[in-house]
Amino acid sequence: MSYLPQILFLACLAAAGFFIYRRVNLIKRTILIGKDTGPMGQKGERLKTMLLVAFGQGKMFSKPLVGLMHFIIYAGFLIINIEVLEIILDGILGEHRLFAPLLGSTLYSALINFFEFLAVGVLVVCVVFLARRNVLNLSRFKRWEMKKWPTLDANLILVFEIILMAAFLTMNATDSILQTRDVPHYPPVGAFVFSQFLIPLFDGMGTEALVALERGAWWFHILGILAFAIYVTYSKHLHIALAFPNTYFSNLKPKGHMENMPTITNEVKIALGLMNPNDAPPADTNMTFGAKDINDLTWKQLMDAYSCTECGRCTAQCPASQTGKHLSPRAIMMETRDRLEDVGKELQKGKSVEEALNNGKTLFGDFITKEEIMACTTCNACVEACPVNISPLSIILDVRRFITMEQADTPSSWNAMFGNLENNMAPWKFSPSDRFNWADKLKD
Amino acid sequence: MSENTYKVPTMAELQAKGEQPEVLFWVGCAGAFDDRYKQVTVAFVKILNKVGVNFAVLGTEENCTGDPARRAGNEFLFQMQAMSNIQTLDMYGIKKIVTACPHCFNTLKNEYPELGGNYEVIHHSTFLQQLIDEGRLKVEGGAFKGKKVTFHDSCYLGRANGVYEAPREVIKALDADLVEMKRCRTKGLCCGAGGAQMFKEPEEGKKDINIERIEEALETEAKVVAVGCPFCMVMMTDGIKNKEKEGEVMVYDLSELILKSM
Repeated sequence: MSYLPQILFLACLAAAGFFIYRRVNLIKRTILIGKDTGPMGQKGERLKTMLLVAFGQGKMFSKPLVGLMHFIIYAGFLIINIEVLEIILDGILGEHRLFAPLLGSTLYSALINFFEFLAVGVLVVCVVFLARRNVLNLSRFKRWEMKKWPTLDANLILVFEIILMAAFLTMNATDSILQTRDVPHYPPVGAFVFSQFLIPLFDGMGTEALVALERGAWWFHILGILAFAIYVTYSKHLHIALAFPNTYFSNLKPKGHMENMPTITNEVKIALGLMNPNDAPPADTNMTFGAKDINDLTWKQLMDAYSCTECGRCTAQCPASQTGKHLSPRAIMMETRDRLEDVGKELQKGKSVEEALNNGKTLFGDFITKEEIMACTTCNACVEACPVNISPLSIILDVRRFITMEQADTPSSWNAMFGNLENNMAPWKFSPSDRFNWADKLKD
Repeated sequence: MSENTYKVPTMAELQAKGEQPEVLFWVGCAGAFDDRYKQVTVAFVKILNKVGVNFAVLGTEENCTGDPARRAGNEFLFQMQAMSNIQTLDMYGIKKIVTACPHCFNTLKNEYPELGGNYEVIHHSTFLQQLIDEGRLKVEGGAFKGKKVTFHDSCYLGRANGVYEAPREVIKALDADLVEMKRCRTKGLCCGAGGAQMFKEPEEGKKDINIERIEEALETEAKVVAVGCPFCMVMMTDGIKNKEKEGEVMVYDLSELILKSM
């Protein structure tokens, strides 16, 4: 027996592994451009959040029907991987249905039937999702940030999954026929629950053609999976992996809490005479207040950007988006990711991080606009809505800090409010000595 | 002293007598200066007096918590306000604070600890609910019995801090018919004023956020829109004016609803 298919298979596997490794490495490098967050602690609470939100899909079910459909694809993806493991081992060892003798034909058929059940589930849901995106006029899939690539990306993922499931079912159907024709290499495990209905399609074919079709479907299926795995690392679909670490590293503080800036605390303490200037740690003169570019954000905020699958639940809840302002929390995440990709391309050319960042572009200005940042009411609807606990708000607020503290480019009415706070300790123009006048009529 | 006289002790007065209050009432800038919200401050003080809560205020020693400065990106200004407030609060040995402003509530509770100010902070909706639960505050199902009341969730109370039920419990204690808007609790729609938007014109868009929200409130056919936040109060009241429903639909703070039923 020729070892050629096995060698070919191993070569494909190795090539896919290489491309995925290289790509994952680049993504990791761009994420680590972000600032350190320091120790995060609370491991138990983090694990619980991850199990609930990512593994258990807790937040997806705020829309029960879509939540259920998404769960079918998710469960299908997770469980069918067991079958993929068998396929990979078959490919390496030159076997066919390696697990069948190990599990016994009853258990094995039950398992494959279960996989087929999931495969059909995935297929049906993908068709529904395609229709939902392209036929139903859901506004959140049609917004300005979804033009071109994001829409194509979403459709490609769904089509990919449909084709892969179809190949899986074809492979099983042709396999079932070959079993009945006593072809060596096809141990009898019986027909399967769904693919048996495909049998009449292929039953008239000669054995050789059938073997070719079965092998073709087998190769197409596994190469498709490998190609898809590479594709995922370039796509919004990366959430299938990053949802887990991203929820693990969720913000566990109350949503209303805004990150403190300790360097400013020292300066304020010195100004108020609460700290001796000599006791303060030396200030970093290169430090930027707020975020102008991705290196001013934390690695978690950057991982947020890669974890976003552009579902738009944030944008659908955002009060600014809903009233026609030029702000979409989803776009904030997409723009951050676009900048990460932009810097990643420079890194791939062999440039250092510093050189890569200095390519004439910055996150704020070239990707995120001031109008978006200024429209936010900080209401946390986007944070609450995100099924993988991304916080578009934290990026918005960090960029706002840059606009205010580094550029002093705030609306004049805000400048007036700042002036009032400085002079009257109230955002409006009232005298501090009048602050208690409200009680006058009570005390008469 | 007439019967209508209420006590509003300041921390300075109590300290001079060597006394410590049960709780500090943090009035907030809107509660002190905004004409409409001053009525809320007065209503809450009247309740505290009637119930016999041993409270005090800072009076002229209170400064803005710094929330609008921080949300507008001005961290220096925020921390200046915060530090000076913490100095005052610590000087008086304050342990517990109640406030009728969700923005003050959020900042005092979540953001002062990192700057060294640690207090137990509660929003007045929770405080009122506790008084009702303890039997200290008795509400007679009077003014609002059977009337449709809807509650507008404030972002800094609800999503920001997970307080959804206390205000609803207070409304239910009035024997009112609590009706919910389509977007409520975790999905509540912002009034449009948070994140220092109160202090600027909205960015260009198709509609003002408070109009979108008041339309939803009007759909419930409630005659009272209950709020628990000075900014929401302004935005909802403006929305009612825009829809020319003044006198027909009222916007009240929770403490005003309670006071009218005592």
